[in-house]
Amino acid sequence: MVESDLVVLGAGPAGVGAALAASRHGLRVALIDDAPVAGGQIYKAPPSSFTVDNPRALGAEHQRGARLRDELAASDVETYFGRTVWLVSRGFVLEAVGPGGLESFRSKSLILATGTFERVIPFPGWTLPGVIGLGAATLLLKSQQMLPGRRTVVAGAGPLLLAVAAGVLKGGGELVAVVDLNGPADALRVAPRLMGRPDLAFQGLGWMARIRGAGVPALSRHAVTEVRGEDRVRELRVTPVDSEWKPLPDRKTRVFETDVLAVGHGLVPATEVSRLLGVDHEYRADEGGWVATHDELFRTSLPGLYVAGDVAGIAGAKAAALRGELAGLAAAYDLGKVSHDDWARATSTPRRRLRRAERFGSAMSRLMKLRPGLVGTITGDTVVCRCEDVPRGEIDDALDNGARDLNQLKAWTRCGMGPCQGRMCGEAVASLLAARVGNRDQVGQWTGRAPLRPVPMEFLTGEFRYEEIPLPPPLPR
Amino acid sequence: MRGGCSAVAFWKRSRHRATDLRIGKAVERPLPARVIVDGQPLSAFEGESVAAALLAAGVLYLRSSPRLGQPRGVFCAMGVCQECVVEVDGRTVPACLTPIRDGMEIHLRR
Repeated sequence: MVESDLVVLGAGPAGVGAALAASRHGLRVALIDDAPVAGGQIYKAPPSSFTVDNPRALGAEHQRGARLRDELAASDVETYFGRTVWLVSRGFVLEAVGPGGLESFRSKSLILATGTFERVIPFPGWTLPGVIGLGAATLLLKSQQMLPGRRTVVAGAGPLLLAVAAGVLKGGGELVAVVDLNGPADALRVAPRLMGRPDLAFQGLGWMARIRGAGVPALSRHAVTEVRGEDRVRELRVTPVDSEWKPLPDRKTRVFETDVLAVGHGLVPATEVSRLLGVDHEYRADEGGWVATHDELFRTSLPGLYVAGDVAGIAGAKAAALRGELAGLAAAYDLGKVSHDDWARATSTPRRRLRRAERFGSAMSRLMKLRPGLVGTITGDTVVCRCEDVPRGEIDDALDNGARDLNQLKAWTRCGMGPCQGRMCGEAVASLLAARVGNRDQVGQWTGRAPLRPVPMEFLTGEFRYEEIPLPPPLPR
Repeated sequence: MRGGCSAVAFWKRSRHRATDLRIGKAVERPLPARVIVDGQPLSAFEGESVAAALLAAGVLYLRSSPRLGQPRGVFCAMGVCQECVVEVDGRTVPACLTPIRDGMEIHLRR
């Protein structure tokens, strides 16, 4: 059992920021992540067996990640990488599986910095090999240093769309088309907020120039409405959408031949641990969806539990680092390690910076906000729940028969019962349900369940011999 | 899974897949590692993910779905969706989170 004042779960910018701040102020901190090194998805490093010849060619994000890892290495934070946490209970006790088998962690406070996962609203053919998330394409490009395919179409909404498109071109790949759900009007609406971070705004403009320079068709207010192929992507169909992202099939559709489609419809806070702990949550559509209710110190409704980074609402890497720092300071303050005056002094600058970073982050988040028309791409025989192979038709039947919340629907259809625990289908299912019952608040969230991630049974049982298992005597007849 | 490490097999394969997907501008990879995929040898690089190594070899179809038997492959690449699970040295693991090691034996779950 590893004992500490504070456990930080997730070693992206938020988690590292939290761990460093808390450790600086005298807390004994354990930082846990399932990756082999710190950085999270945003600063994911290439495999350690690769030699980085040219860090500049890997881009600014790689350098930020390297700095973050250096700072962490120079600190007193105890790091536990390569650990998959599968159970978290109040108190706080975390159970993990690591390279050496089972491990337990106990701490007075817990900061959740678990980040996000990607939302993809289904369409016919989305389960074919070769259809991947924009997040997946980003990881292949920046960590594996690999193109997602020879010919790539990118589609969806938000900053990852342009990042992947530009990454494919930079890596020497063939970019077939960029299919954006948003139109110029959507971008203009958030433009003033973007200028709060001119560096990132210019990075985005640079990506757009690169795509335009390559002569790649860039379609705005369009969605992929069908992918075809036998056992992998061969071609896809693209259809105009209205301002609510509803496909307009009577308008001109286009067909592109490709071997990879990278598609994503925004990011969703990864709330599985706060749900498992049963704290209060609220639905914030502008920030990606459900988040644990928190105050401005990032305290949740459960004393000692904090949220930091995108899990507290999508706002981007810069805001995540600052939120982490503030949550780490709050944990130190709540445990009595920092006086009120010292705490106020330490938080004034990060608080001011956070407001600016969140302004930019909220603009990005708004571009990724799910609009109700997009579920129009899910046809009756499209598989919605990939784990359990549940098509939309079966979900509609359950709705016709009176299913009114997410957990009821799960029990009736098996949607969300598989190994991904509803992370992949949850947004689509909840949107279909919300269209019937009114809104996402009424639909609720999946109940959090352990194991949080699939864990091999042998780790849970350990070495044993059947004859040594104590059996109670049979009941008298 | 077709392929092989002989020059002829490589030539045959490269006719179908003209370009290597690996980007070599900023990193240098370690010496190639040899792994076995469903009985066939495959050349990959130590430390890259099993998912990436299979993708580079043109192997996208990694498993069949449980109820409808549909082809599935890498989707999220970050260990969330569980779509890319394969068998590595007798253990079921997500290909996207499993690094290549020399001599590894991989079985697809099609």
